[in-house]
Amino acid sequence: MSTENSSLSTWFGSEQRKLIIQEYGIFVAFLLLALVLSISNEYFLTAGNISNVLLQTSINGILAIGMTFVILTRGIDLSVGSVVALAGIVSASFATTSSTAGVPGAPYPALLALPVGLLVGIACGAIVGIIVSRFAVPAFVATLGMLSAARGMTLLYGGGRPVPALTPEFRWIGTGNILGIPMPVVLLAIVFLVSWWVLNRTRFGRYIYAVGGNPHAAVTSGINVSRLRLSVYVISGGLAGLAGMLLSARTGSALPQAGISYELDAIAAVVIGGTSLSGGVGRITGTLVGALIIGVMNNGLDLMGVQSYYQQVLKGALIVGAVMLDQKRNQGV
Amino acid sequence: MEYLLEVEGLRKSFGGVAALSDGRLQLRAGSVHALCGGNGAGKSTFLKILMGIHMRDGGSIRRRGMEVAYSTPAEALAAGIAIIEQELSPVPHMTVAENIYLGREPSGRFSGIDFKTMNRNAQALLDRLGFNVRPSQLMMNLSVAQVQLVEIAKALSHNAEVIFMDEPTSAIGEKEAQHLFEAVKRLKTEGKGIVYVSHRLSEIFQIANSYTVFRDGSYVGSGNLADIDRPGLIRMIVGRELGDEYIKTNAPSVVPGIEVSGLTAPGKIDDVSFTACKGEILGIYGLMGSGRSEIFNCLFGLDPTSRGRISVDGRNITIAKPSDAMAHGIAFVTEDRKLTGLNLTGSVRSNICMASLPELSPRLNMNRRMEADASRQMVERFDIKAARDTMPVSGLSGGNQQKVVLGKWFHRKPKILLLDEPTRGVDVGAKREIYRIICEFAEEGGTVVMISSEIDEVLGMSDRIMVMRRGRSAGIYNREQSNAQSLVHLST
Repeated sequence: MSTENSSLSTWFGSEQRKLIIQEYGIFVAFLLLALVLSISNEYFLTAGNISNVLLQTSINGILAIGMTFVILTRGIDLSVGSVVALAGIVSASFATTSSTAGVPGAPYPALLALPVGLLVGIACGAIVGIIVSRFAVPAFVATLGMLSAARGMTLLYGGGRPVPALTPEFRWIGTGNILGIPMPVVLLAIVFLVSWWVLNRTRFGRYIYAVGGNPHAAVTSGINVSRLRLSVYVISGGLAGLAGMLLSARTGSALPQAGISYELDAIAAVVIGGTSLSGGVGRITGTLVGALIIGVMNNGLDLMGVQSYYQQVLKGALIVGAVMLDQKRNQGV
Repeated sequence: MEYLLEVEGLRKSFGGVAALSDGRLQLRAGSVHALCGGNGAGKSTFLKILMGIHMRDGGSIRRRGMEVAYSTPAEALAAGIAIIEQELSPVPHMTVAENIYLGREPSGRFSGIDFKTMNRNAQALLDRLGFNVRPSQLMMNLSVAQVQLVEIAKALSHNAEVIFMDEPTSAIGEKEAQHLFEAVKRLKTEGKGIVYVSHRLSEIFQIANSYTVFRDGSYVGSGNLADIDRPGLIRMIVGRELGDEYIKTNAPSVVPGIEVSGLTAPGKIDDVSFTACKGEILGIYGLMGSGRSEIFNCLFGLDPTSRGRISVDGRNITIAKPSDAMAHGIAFVTEDRKLTGLNLTGSVRSNICMASLPELSPRLNMNRRMEADASRQMVERFDIKAARDTMPVSGLSGGNQQKVVLGKWFHRKPKILLLDEPTRGVDVGAKREIYRIICEFAEEGGTVVMISSEIDEVLGMSDRIMVMRRGRSAGIYNREQSNAQSLVHLST
C-alpha cells in the first residue's frame, strides 16, 4: 500500500511537471531567447526595435491565428500565401489612383476597398471549406489546389503587373498608428483577443476542440461537423484577406508575387506554438508566441549580422526541434 | 499419442488482474478443435501467448512433446504455428500472390522480384487448397471471405501445422462460411491441427471434432463433441447461475416510450419493429454483424433509412441527423467509446458538456460556471474517479471513461437511452455501478434499449429481449421465457 502511494505521488509529481512544461514551455523558450538577445545586443530591447519586431510579426501572426483554427480541426490551409496576394491586389485595385491598374471609378474610399479584400479572402476560404466538408477532399489537396488557383487568379487579375499608387487613406491600415502603436500591431492584437475569446469562451470554440479531438464522437454528440469544418476555412481565408491588405498598404503597392510561401511560416508558428497537427490540442496564445519567436529570431540574427540564408536553416531546425519535443512529451503521457 | 500442441496451466496477469489463470489445450493432428468461452473468458489472451505476442507468467507449452517458448510471432510461425486473426490485415493494393509471399518474395535477376515464380507458386498453393482465387487479383477486389482464404493460404505457405482461427465467420455470410468450412475440412485431411474460436455453436458442431471450454480465465472442461449436446455445451460456457450481479429495481409500465415499426436500411437491417415502454429495459441480443448496432445508428440519424416509422411518446417523428434525435430526448451510448464516444484529448469536463453546450450556454459567451457545475454533478452522481475534471479523459480507467460517456448523455435528461454494449471493457465493480445507473434511470420512468453480446447481461438486465439474426428480428421474448440456450439458438 505504502509503495503504491509513493509511486502514485511521484506519478502526480511528474504529471504536474509535464503539465507545466506543456503549458508554459513555449513562454520560457521565448523569454530565454529574448534574454540572450538583449544581453548580446544593446539595440534589441529599444522601443524602436520592439516595435519593429512586432510590425514584422503582425502579418505572419494574423495568418498563423487563422491557421490555428484550421489545424485544431485536423486540417491544414496551404492556400493562405496566395490568398494574401489575391486579396491584396483586388482590394488595391479599388484604392489605387493609377488610371491603368484600377477598376473603373477608382480610387474608392478605403471603407469600400477594405471589405472587398476581406470578401475575397472569405470567398476563397468558403470554396476550400465546401470542397473539404461536402466533398470530403483532404484539406491538403483542396488547399494545394487553391494555392495554385488563387496565385493564377492574382496574375490574371492584374495582368501580371503590380497595382501601385494606393491612396493614403487605404495605406493607413498598414502605416498609420493608434497612440503610437503601428496599425498592423493593433490589428494583430484585436485578431488575437477575439480569437482567444472565440476558442476559449464560446460554444464554437468548444466544438472546434471536440471535432479536432474526435470527429466521430462530435457527430454522435449532435455537432454539425461539416458546417464547423467549413467555417474554419472561412476564418482562415478571411484573415488571409486582411493580411493581404496589410501587406499592400504597408508597401504602397500590391505585388502579384506577394505572400509566396507565407503559409509555411504560418504553419511553423502554429507548430512551434505547440498545436498538434493531429488536431484537438493547442492554444492560440502558443501560436502568437510561436510567431513572435520566429520574428524575434529573425530580428536577432539580423542584428548580429547573420546572413539570411542561415536564418532559414535555423528556422527549419527550430520547427523540427519543437515537434520533436512535442512527440517526446506525448509519449510520456 | 503425441499432440501437435499441448498446453497446461497457462497463466497471465495484466497489472495485477488475471486475464488467464489456467489455460489448457490438447490438439491432435488431423482434427478441428473448438475453443469456446464467453467474452473475457481468456481466449484471446491464450492465443496471444501461444503466438508470442504476450509473455506468459507461468504454465507449459509443448509442441510435439517439446517444451517451447516463443517471444515473437515470427518465432511461432517458424515453428509451424499460424493465426488467422479476427481483424484481417491485408495490403489492399497488392496482389494475392504478393500478399502471400510478403517479405519472402523469390528474387530474380538483378535482385528484383521473380514475379513469374511467385505467381506460379501461389497458383499451385491455391489449387492444392481448392480456393477459387487467382494470384494476380488485387486484395482490395476480394470479398472478406476470400481474404480469409488468402490468409489461410499464407499460413500454409509457411508450412504451418497448427492454425488458429479467431472468429473467422464473424464478418462473412452463410454461403461464404460454407466455402471456408470446405477449406477447413481439406486442411484436416492433410493432417493439420486447427483451433477454431467462435461464438457460433452451430458452426462448431458442424466442423469441429473436439472442444475446450474456458470461463473467467480458466479451463472448465474438454471432450469430444460427439459426447455432448448443444445445451450441454452452452451450460459449460455460461456456467454459474446468474447471481445477484443484476439487481433489477425497475418495473415496466405499459406506456410506450419509443415505438419502431418496419425500420429498414438496405444491406444493414430489414423490417425491424419493436416497442419499448417507459420504465422498461429492452435488451437486444445478436452476434456481430447481425444488424444490432445498425438499429441504433438508424434511430439516431447516423445511417439513412429507406423505410420505417419511429414514434416517441405516441407521436411520429422524423430523424435525419443526431441533433434531431437528441431534440426528441434520445441519447446514444455508442459501442466503442474510444472511437465514437469520447474526445480522448479533451478533459473530463469538456466531454461531459459536449452534447449539451447549447443548453449550458444559450448566449454567445460560454457560461463557464454552468459547465463546471454540470461536470461536478455528473462526477458526483456517477462517482467518476478522476484527480480533477480538467484532466484528459484518456487518463481514466475504462469503467470511469464509460461513466463519463453516461454523464454526457444523462446531463441532457434523456427520455430514451440507447445503450450499445454499455459494459464492454469495464471491470466487474464498475459494471455493477453501470447496471445500477441503468436501473435507476428506468425506475424513474425512462425507456432503455440495450444491445449486448453478453448473454448474462442481456438475461440479467432486460425485461424483454429482441434477438437479431442477419439484419432481421428473430422475435421478442419475455425475460421469463428465455434462457442462454434459447438466445444462442435463435441468434445463430
